[in-house]
Amino acid sequence: MQRILNNPDNIVDEMLAGFVKCHSDIVKLVKTSEDNPRGVVAAVDAPKAGKVGVVTGGGSGHKPAFVGYVGKNMCDAAAVGEICSSPTAVAFLEAFRAADGGQGVACLYGNYSGDNMNVKMAVKMAKREGLTVKTVVANDDVASAPKDQREKRRGVAGEIFMWKCGGAKAAKGGSLDEVIAAAQKAIDNCRSVGIGLTPCTLPAVGHPNFEIKDGTMEVGIGHHGEPGIEVCPLETAAQMAQRMVDVVLPDYPFESGDEVAVLVSGLGATPVMELYVLYDEIDKLLAAKGIKTYRRYVGNYFTSLDMMGATLTVMKLDDELKDLLDMETHTMGLTQV
Amino acid sequence: MSVVKNENGRPILLAMVKAIQANKQYLGDVDGLIGDGDHGMNMNKGFTMYGDQLGEGETTFSDGLFDLGTVLLNKIGGSMGPIYGTIFMEMSDAEGDEDDITLERFGRMLQAGLDGLYGIVDARPGDKTLVDTLFPACETIKAAAAAGKDFAAALDEMKSAAETGKESTKDLVAKYGRAARLGERSKGVLDAGATSCCIILQAMADGMKEALV
Repeated sequence: MQRILNNPDNIVDEMLAGFVKCHSDIVKLVKTSEDNPRGVVAAVDAPKAGKVGVVTGGGSGHKPAFVGYVGKNMCDAAAVGEICSSPTAVAFLEAFRAADGGQGVACLYGNYSGDNMNVKMAVKMAKREGLTVKTVVANDDVASAPKDQREKRRGVAGEIFMWKCGGAKAAKGGSLDEVIAAAQKAIDNCRSVGIGLTPCTLPAVGHPNFEIKDGTMEVGIGHHGEPGIEVCPLETAAQMAQRMVDVVLPDYPFESGDEVAVLVSGLGATPVMELYVLYDEIDKLLAAKGIKTYRRYVGNYFTSLDMMGATLTVMKLDDELKDLLDMETHTMGLTQV
Repeated sequence: MSVVKNENGRPILLAMVKAIQANKQYLGDVDGLIGDGDHGMNMNKGFTMYGDQLGEGETTFSDGLFDLGTVLLNKIGGSMGPIYGTIFMEMSDAEGDEDDITLERFGRMLQAGLDGLYGIVDARPGDKTLVDTLFPACETIKAAAAAGKDFAAALDEMKSAAETGKESTKDLVAKYGRAARLGERSKGVLDAGATSCCIILQAMADGMKEALV
């Protein structure tokens, strides 16, 4: 393992130090609690008085998620956990405080057991301080549970659309309930699937914690290497696109005439040029089905350390979601003018 | 009837800290088989932070449990921070004002820890989690208290109940946590949380036996 590291145990705090220095026009590090020495990442102008605060958070190693979506018209603050491990309850609480503009806070996060527990506790602590927090839990990963158990599905790259739409609704002056409804609609309209080509390595562990054999790929893999639905021989980009579309489209289901937003994200170590090869194939398949792509995003939007592979997210649009998606934004992970 | 003096908490808490420190590598290895391999690292980090905070100072058993729980909840995060944080803080609250921890009171402490855990997780016995260790340990102490058994003998029974509970997770299929994604593939391997819970309860029992008066 050849990596750019000092002490791997300190990688999260050292990464944060560089991140806030580099993006000081967008974010700041807020440290208000001795119980959370790491602090939280907040937008430079947070909290904004009179606006619903939008908060997210999660384990580290998924750059640009989660801190990379803090900024103008997306999230106001993000709690930062260890690699692949939920932030603490106090970290979420501090993020709520950093985002609180007096109109309540919407906490939009992914469906993982640690995040669920810590958010739940943080919401209780916030209530004691008189701060109202409502939540939306992302569950867009089709491969992680059958459709009749959608509440068990994990949250993956669809979270970016959830933050984009929820954040835009808050920026337009929406109430807490309206922000929650917009974010919930966005994630309910998202379906995602991933294909993994190699495993990922936690820097402090030093070796991959699962295996994908050379010459094979895993369809439906999760953001932490959670097993997918099928391991099969490595295929061409066109065949991969077909597999992804075959998982994602029938689940919602997306049909001819639908307008959608498409997001293809690399998992960390796949060259971006390959993502465009994959995207072109996906676009052809969607067009052939009569599905109209309104907006498309290709890049490393939500990664998994050094895993090779990609995820596909498709979101069904209506007028409200189009309007929210179109709003300008400026964050490290997504800038739209 | 013998009791544990609440004011003599230090040796009990230190035994728990040392046991986790000694098993850092082992817990990491167990977790690496079906989890992400960071359980030993995270537990060691939290328990060591508490140990450093305690330093040379004295603590009551109940205050020590509360402080340990607070450190885990506030500094560790992940799933294990809130899980062990809740168990220890609820155990502390249950009989925190008592000078003498009787066997019956210890049973109520364990039950409060288990009830607190049930408030934040859906797992129950048989789901391949630390509940499979904590539940039988709690039942054993309550039964021993009801039967009027000797405290030291009851602690030995609790140690073997925790051990048996932990070993039972080997044949179970994970329903919660990261291992749940493996389904049937999670069989044949111990659950890391059940393993650390067993180590903690056994160290707690050994520490309490030393502190019996």
